[in-house]
Amino acid sequence: MGKTIDFTEKELDEISSYKNIWVFIEQTGGVAHPVSFELLTKARELAKQLDCQVGSVAIGRSVSHLADDVFRFGADKFYIVEDEIFKDYRTEPFRDTLSDLVRKFKPEIFLIGATTQGRDLSGTVATELKTGLTADTTKQEIDPETGMLLMTRPTFGGSLMATIICPKHRPQMSTVRPGVFKAIPVEHPEKGEIIRGKTDLTEDKIVKKILKKVVSSEGNINLGFYDVIVAGGKGMGSKDHFNMIKELAELLGGTWAGSRKAVESGYAPQSRQVGQTGQTVHAKLYIACGISGAIQHLVGMQTSAVIISVNTDQNAPIFDVSTYCIVEDAIRFIPKLIGELKKQKLTAVSYEH
Amino acid sequence: MHALVFIKQVPDASQVRVNYETGTIIREGVPAILNPFEAHAVEEAVRLRSKYGGKVTVLTMGPPQATEALKECLSRGADKAYLLSNRIFAGSDTLATSYALFEGAKKIIELEGEVDLFFAGKQAIDGDTAQTGPGIATRFDIPLVTYLIKLDEVDFEEKRAVATRLTEFGQETLQVPLPAFFTVEETLNELSHSPLPWLIKAARAKFEKLSGENVKLDSEQCGLKHSPTRVKKAFTPEKRQRGETLTGSTEELVFKTSDILMPFLKKDLQHGQND
Ligand SMILES: Cc1cc2nc3c(=O)[nH]c(=O)nc-3n(C[C@H](O)[C@H](O)[C@H](O)COP(=O)(O)OP(=O)(O)OC[C@H]3O[C@@H](n4cnc5c(N)ncnc54)[C@H](O)[C@@H]3O)c2cc1C
Ligand SMILES: Nc1ncnc2c1ncn2[C@@H]1O[C@H](COP(=O)(O)O)[C@@H](O)[C@H]1O
Repeated sequence: MGKTIDFTEKELDEISSYKNIWVFIEQTGGVAHPVSFELLTKARELAKQLDCQVGSVAIGRSVSHLADDVFRFGADKFYIVEDEIFKDYRTEPFRDTLSDLVRKFKPEIFLIGATTQGRDLSGTVATELKTGLTADTTKQEIDPETGMLLMTRPTFGGSLMATIICPKHRPQMSTVRPGVFKAIPVEHPEKGEIIRGKTDLTEDKIVKKILKKVVSSEGNINLGFYDVIVAGGKGMGSKDHFNMIKELAELLGGTWAGSRKAVESGYAPQSRQVGQTGQTVHAKLYIACGISGAIQHLVGMQTSAVIISVNTDQNAPIFDVSTYCIVEDAIRFIPKLIGELKKQKLTAVSYEH
Repeated sequence: MHALVFIKQVPDASQVRVNYETGTIIREGVPAILNPFEAHAVEEAVRLRSKYGGKVTVLTMGPPQATEALKECLSRGADKAYLLSNRIFAGSDTLATSYALFEGAKKIIELEGEVDLFFAGKQAIDGDTAQTGPGIATRFDIPLVTYLIKLDEVDFEEKRAVATRLTEFGQETLQVPLPAFFTVEETLNELSHSPLPWLIKAARAKFEKLSGENVKLDSEQCGLKHSPTRVKKAFTPEKRQRGETLTGSTEELVFKTSDILMPFLKKDLQHGQND
């Protein structure tokens, strides 16, 4: 632990030529992915400690309109490369353009969302730049002694946490799951600087062609948006019983989700899976119904503020992380709870009028 | 057709437990398995071979015990299995791993001929980085298709493939020239049962060995010392404490729970009125 690292003069020179923190602004069809703003918020905090600036970078057909939001969430600079060839995301042109920008402007730290696109892109960019990349981090801190970025991530399906450093290579790159950090706008945003780049790539040089895109509405729910999440597991027993999960979620102004076994059993779509191979949430309230609490599920929800679990097995591991443990049959209990809440709601409304 | 599949042997992550006192992983009794995604990659390659002829080669970088995972690939129908093993690889991060596998793959091309399709798993379940495949594809400078869920069409005359992958918002279908690199999802195909002759062949199989002796390796790019990333510390995640177990009859539990939920219900009401 904490072994000292010796640097050669050349390495130190090389490293000190890299400054500032960059965030990749992921967008699809001109709409920014929320993780971009979550990362900007984090970058601002890190930049304060390093006394440096926050840069943001977007590549697309048309991305200039994102500038207001990018500055609102704390970027000092916005690097833009716009061209028709970037209409749809494709690995190779994005990789080459982004790598060029990094070589030119030398950010010290580069954060990218661990989305499908971000994961596709980051591995190729890091290889291109021959630098280190830490995937799927859940914590980013600056080591007060060395000024290095400490990137913490779960491994072994979340059983172990590892803090990774990238001492001798720049930028220090990592991807961060959506929902891990909260996006908070700056109180008094200032208009930052926009820097436009050009590409000399042309369509005839890009060998990959997109033939068809299918957008499924179920495919893009961002569970991280919600303060309240009601999740069901295999213990709910059937897809029909998931209706009570949905109803309870709606009643509480939240949304619903499922465990991987619930997804595998067809009770919920993959896009609503919480956990290691699903989404990470930090809800104010997480209600787990008929979920055993496997480590792969826990890594996706255990930082929620209040966790209420309903399970017939009093020794279910989900109870070990729960604020309130309810040993009951969820299929009988949840409808009764819904009934009671509806009653309460009615009284509350009539009382307020 | 020649397909090369990069496969990894991993500890079964679902059986790994932690010792919270010492903050370490308990590996004893945890079986080493073929990374689940690679079984589907081999399956896809073998299906292509049964349609177009040709061969399927698999490669792993790892310790000698990793031959167990290679054996499973042979029993799933792969023709030849290569083990790339060398002390200098110890502690490789993904950049160093993709370098070693890139050199190993180049050697295989030299020995076995050009490769049309490269396959890797979406991610390895021990590290979950999903970087090795994209890294190798970048080193070869060939098109990368991650999250593959369907190989719609492969045309060896025209040297191109049409493939469908998952995206954040659904799916997209791409056309790429061959050779191309694919990282695969479990939903790509259903695994089939191995016919007896394959099982027998796998049991008797010899493995081709690659090492620093027959592969040109730049030691400046291998192993822990030349991996840009370092593990500074490893620790067990903070354990939350078990909270209050609510007691009483079901009716009492309903009341107690609804009391706990009141603040959320109220907040929702306020929301509703502000809209
Ligand atoms: C590489 C890998 C990645 C994974 N990623 C994820 C992931 O992202 N997300 C995830 O969730 N899992 C993931 N898993 C799977 C995980 O290991 C568990 O198998 C899964 O979380 C279990 O789902 P479950 O709790 O719904 O089902 P089970 O484990 O079967 O638990 C069902 C629970 O319901 C209870 N129950 C039964 N009937 C009732 C009833 N009437 N009322 C109340 N309770 C009842 C039972 O006591 C039990 O505790 C992953 C596994 C691997 C190997
Ligand atoms: N040591 C290795 N040998 C062969 N293939 C590997 C190795 N490590 C990773 N891979 C391949 O790369 C994929 C992604 O691994 P990872 O980047 O570790 O998540 C795996 O599913 C394998 O197909």
